[in-house]
Amino acid sequence: MLIRFTLNGEDTVYEGSASDRLLDVLRNKYRLCGVKCGCGEGECGACCVILDGRLANSCLAAMGRVEGLDVVTIEGYRTTERFKVLDRAFASVAAVQCGYCTPGIVLASECLLAVNPHPTREEIRLGISGNLCRCTGYNAIVRAIEIAAWEGDGLW
Amino acid sequence: MFAYSLYCERQNKRIDWWMIDMKEISRPVIKEDHSSKFDGSAVYVGDWPTDGMLFGYFVRSTRAHARIRSISAPNLREGYFTVDHRDVPGQNCVHIILDDMPVFAGDTVEYIGEPILMVVGPDECVVRRIAASEIAVEYDDLPAVLNINDSVEELCAYRFDKGDADSAFKHADMVFEERFETGPQEQAYLETQGIIAEFRDGRVTLHGSMQCPYYVHEAVARALNFEPERVRVVQDVTGGGFGGKEDYPSILACQVSVAAIKAGGKPVRVILSRREDMSVTTKRHPSISRYRVSVKDGRVTGMDIDVVFDGGAYTTLSPAVLQRGLIAASAVYDIPNLKVRGRVVRTNTPPNGAFRGFGAPQTIFAAEMIMSHIARSLWEEPTAFKLRHAVSQGDKTSTGGRFHFPVPISEMMRDVSVMSQYHKKRDLYENGCGRFRRGIGMSMWLHGVGFTGSGERDIIKARVCLHKYPDGRVEVLASNTDIGQGVKTAFRKIAANELLLPQDMIIIQAPDTDRVPDSGPTVASRSVAIVGELIRSASRRLREDWRDGADQVVEEQYAEPDFIIPFSLDKFSGDAYPAYSWGVCAVELQVDSLTGVSEVVGVWASFDVGTPIDINIVMGQMEGGILQGLGYAFMERIPPDGHGRILNDNFADYAIPTASDVPNIQVKIHEMESSVGPYGAKGAGELPLVGVPAAYIEAMEHALGGRRINHIPFGASDVLDALSKAPQMEVM
Ligand code: FES
Ligand code: FES
Repeated sequence: MLIRFTLNGEDTVYEGSASDRLLDVLRNKYRLCGVKCGCGEGECGACCVILDGRLANSCLAAMGRVEGLDVVTIEGYRTTERFKVLDRAFASVAAVQCGYCTPGIVLASECLLAVNPHPTREEIRLGISGNLCRCTGYNAIVRAIEIAAWEGDGLW
Repeated sequence: MFAYSLYCERQNKRIDWWMIDMKEISRPVIKEDHSSKFDGSAVYVGDWPTDGMLFGYFVRSTRAHARIRSISAPNLREGYFTVDHRDVPGQNCVHIILDDMPVFAGDTVEYIGEPILMVVGPDECVVRRIAASEIAVEYDDLPAVLNINDSVEELCAYRFDKGDADSAFKHADMVFEERFETGPQEQAYLETQGIIAEFRDGRVTLHGSMQCPYYVHEAVARALNFEPERVRVVQDVTGGGFGGKEDYPSILACQVSVAAIKAGGKPVRVILSRREDMSVTTKRHPSISRYRVSVKDGRVTGMDIDVVFDGGAYTTLSPAVLQRGLIAASAVYDIPNLKVRGRVVRTNTPPNGAFRGFGAPQTIFAAEMIMSHIARSLWEEPTAFKLRHAVSQGDKTSTGGRFHFPVPISEMMRDVSVMSQYHKKRDLYENGCGRFRRGIGMSMWLHGVGFTGSGERDIIKARVCLHKYPDGRVEVLASNTDIGQGVKTAFRKIAANELLLPQDMIIIQAPDTDRVPDSGPTVASRSVAIVGELIRSASRRLREDWRDGADQVVEEQYAEPDFIIPFSLDKFSGDAYPAYSWGVCAVELQVDSLTGVSEVVGVWASFDVGTPIDINIVMGQMEGGILQGLGYAFMERIPPDGHGRILNDNFADYAIPTASDVPNIQVKIHEMESSVGPYGAKGAGELPLVGVPAAYIEAMEHALGGRRINHIPFGASDVLDALSKAPQMEVM
């Protein structure tokens, strides 16, 4: 069947089964490998994408569900001004270690700041609590998001 | 020597490290791998294009211990084949320390999940289907040992003495005896294990997620019976390791390369699913430690320690893990008389192996707890009692070596007390009642830098190489892998600093055994302290001999520092480590006495890792390590199912801490220059995890009115259990 959706700003038609996993389609068909698979069961957030402005685990989304939706992956998000602010903030406190959780956390940060441009520390922790990171202990990530909220004042 | 607090600065919203008084080398730079990881372009093993690739999937044992009676495989369709032990060209074993683990099971299987054969073919789904439903294995069950207590088979054993423990016990006023248990722990790196292998023109090339390319190299060369030149190993960007990618990649690499030999030149890829990874890869050794402690005139005079680790079905790295655990068994305390025995026993469960801390978290937990318990029995405040027993510079180590450098434990403890308001809270929460009860606890510990014993000198013999190109750029060639901990950034900083070059003139790539010398594995908190120092001295030599426009190569090899008292493994005597890193941590928690659920309210710590080579990187190691230690203390458990199967093989059932499980961790770096590593750096990777569980459990005991706790993990049901019993004893 044909599934129409927007992928990183471009109109896209996917030919395949409605039950194909979005994660596999993004990685294998469109070679968007910034979308990672950490568990494949909706527990880790490494596969996060933005579906119509909301954070979603692509390992739990079937292609049938994305019909008509706007899908943004890290590859699409990295061209934005907001991405650059987050990039600088994460770099300044070394909030990226192994990096496997990072693309998901970047998109989670975006979704958090989009609804709450000046979150408290607790709100940040809650906002990224669906994204596991085994390396950093989260301190640096929380701090990076705080810095981004500050530096990117007005962008979100 | 100077110390300063980064703790306040770290709390500010705007952080400007440049304003802080710190050494040039410690100032943070943007990590070498930041951009490619941040924008998702970094290529991990699963991200390589798969055109023309074959995929492998294992048929694994479903029995804990059995003889394989028969394997029936259907005639596989075109392009699909299986690989098993008969296909291994060399000896059917994976070389780690010993050679007891088969590449593929032979006549018997020794644990559930042991690989029997691999199905290989071009369509991953088809391969999985064949492995799961078309291949039938019949077994004759054999008796299985599933419990550490039931095992009589030793994989290794050591013992050593210091002073005269027997006479200490004979003359003691009091003798304390306790038994401690710790559970297994899964590394839970976010990227699962994965390797790709390709056999072409008589050579096998492997790349994938790993910590130690040369370990993989040696294991594969032996399994294939290839000369070393016919094996090439390259590290891909690696999504975390924590020890879990020290031993296991050697196993997977042997299996995948055997498949590659049969694949007619096509690359073969195996990436474990999360469930597969969690149920079959190596974990932290569960342990039982029995401590007997003699006290005379209010001072501990001797310890008689017996440690048992559950090794699982094969040896892997167990002897080295046990050595470190035993040497650390008296923790930071100056105990004149010691009797230490330890063994690793075999069970029919997945083999255990390396995990950050490497045997020390188990024994440090036991030592810290018994010291606290004794203190309370003697009506002394635990931290004061511990401090009274702590070693100082020049004292003998447990193996009769020396603490050659200053021991900053008391200053660090003072700092953590102030940061956490330890003493005030200790009084305030005493004998708490009501539904929500608070407690605070503190622990202190050490971690030896580098390989245990004479490993660096006799086994590793690390080498590094610098290659200067005519255009003035310098490439650092070393086999240490960046698995997220920032070693590439650290190496580049060291070389740039010594060569007086800007960072971008230093090239550093992921290790490729065709290009880099063997500078040893990326383990044991050794990369910066040991290999970084070699890079520093090679850089210095290159600078002195710098010729513009020339192509130059400088090599450097490890030499043991002169001050070392040579270590003998037979006698367990001498300096087991050249230097030690130090840690102190306080944890405050709140327990809901109705549900048993506890919440971490605060974590404060101070660490001495020598001069930080990049403060951001060190802070990242400290914060990440602490959180893994907290997970180990109360969240992460693998309950035995009675059949040797790991049932909670996913992140829903094996929960690791999320961002909302903890508040901000507050870390202070107690900077004290050492004279071992480059610019005074020591080891940092493992230290922060090691003593955290003891701080957590001491806080828990405090919240629970002094009830004694002897095991981790300690979760909600344990809390309720403990509350149903009366407190045994007095509390300070
Ligand atoms: S891979 Fe989707 S949540 Fe883990
Ligand atoms: S940086 Fe490794 S999991 Fe987050």
